[in-house]
Amino acid sequence: MSGPALTLVSEAMTAAIGSEVSRRVSFPISPSDIRKWAIAVYYPRHPPARYWDAEYVERELGGRWVAPQEFNPFAWMTANPSGFPEVDRLDPDLLEKTLGIPGPGLRYQLNGGLDVEYHGDLVAGDVITAVRVLESYAERSGRLGQMLFTTNRETWTNQRGETVQVRRQTGIRY
Amino acid sequence: MSATPPEVGQELPVLTWTPGFDVWNRFAAVNDEFVPIHMDDEAGREAGYPAAFGMGYLQWSWAHNVLREFVGEEGRIDRVQGSFRAPSLKGVEVSAGGRVTSVSQDDTGRVVCELEIWTRAADGVPLLPGSATVSFPARH
Repeated sequence: MSGPALTLVSEAMTAAIGSEVSRRVSFPISPSDIRKWAIAVYYPRHPPARYWDAEYVERELGGRWVAPQEFNPFAWMTANPSGFPEVDRLDPDLLEKTLGIPGPGLRYQLNGGLDVEYHGDLVAGDVITAVRVLESYAERSGRLGQMLFTTNRETWTNQRGETVQVRRQTGIRY
Repeated sequence: MSATPPEVGQELPVLTWTPGFDVWNRFAAVNDEFVPIHMDDEAGREAGYPAAFGMGYLQWSWAHNVLREFVGEEGRIDRVQGSFRAPSLKGVEVSAGGRVTSVSQDDTGRVVCELEIWTRAADGVPLLPGSATVSFPARH
């Protein structure tokens, strides 16, 4: 008789499903942030004027700078948590450590995919709050060995409490 | 949206990039994504890949570039979904495009389009297959 199948998902990890993983608050989005993001993602082309031309934004958009939909307002530093938190963002066990449980101890991690609902714009001056919840674990055997798929659901709201995005991100660890 | 309403089967204009460190460094700088597998060939090989490779989220941005061109000033991107299937390698051209798979109207009269979207390498290997929902104001 064979023994129990090995699993990467401990009982503690299963019990943590549904837990809040993190809560972040951005600094106010600035036109400069929008400009740089657009230049980078359109490179080597020039981005549309609405992302970099202040005169165009003033004349055509009433001064309303709207970021590209996939813009990341949390890059580099957040307003909350503030400063330089001592976390190793490259640690594959970071999620479980944040939840206070042992992780699966896998060595590598990749971005597996995204599913984002856009409910509102990211506008210069907005302060975005992101609340992340652990949604699921799944395992699969693949070319890279036994792989763990982890899905988090993150809801972004602006300073008016309006939901602007609901994001599901799947990470792959192996 | 152009004067002509979108049609099922309509192909979106394809955009192309030739990725390398010039592209990746710019994206790393705005997304604070300085990760060894995206910066160092040896780190990429240690992770099981031929060399350093590009960020998945950059592929995501490129797919959004295609959608933004399609929706124009009046349309709206409502939802985008994609899976990162293969690495984007240095010097291997990436193309991004899409195709309208359905057109309908919602209760408010907005024109809603479902699309298949993709980025793929020059040899046809899918990098980011996915789907999107976009919408346009009601036409009167």
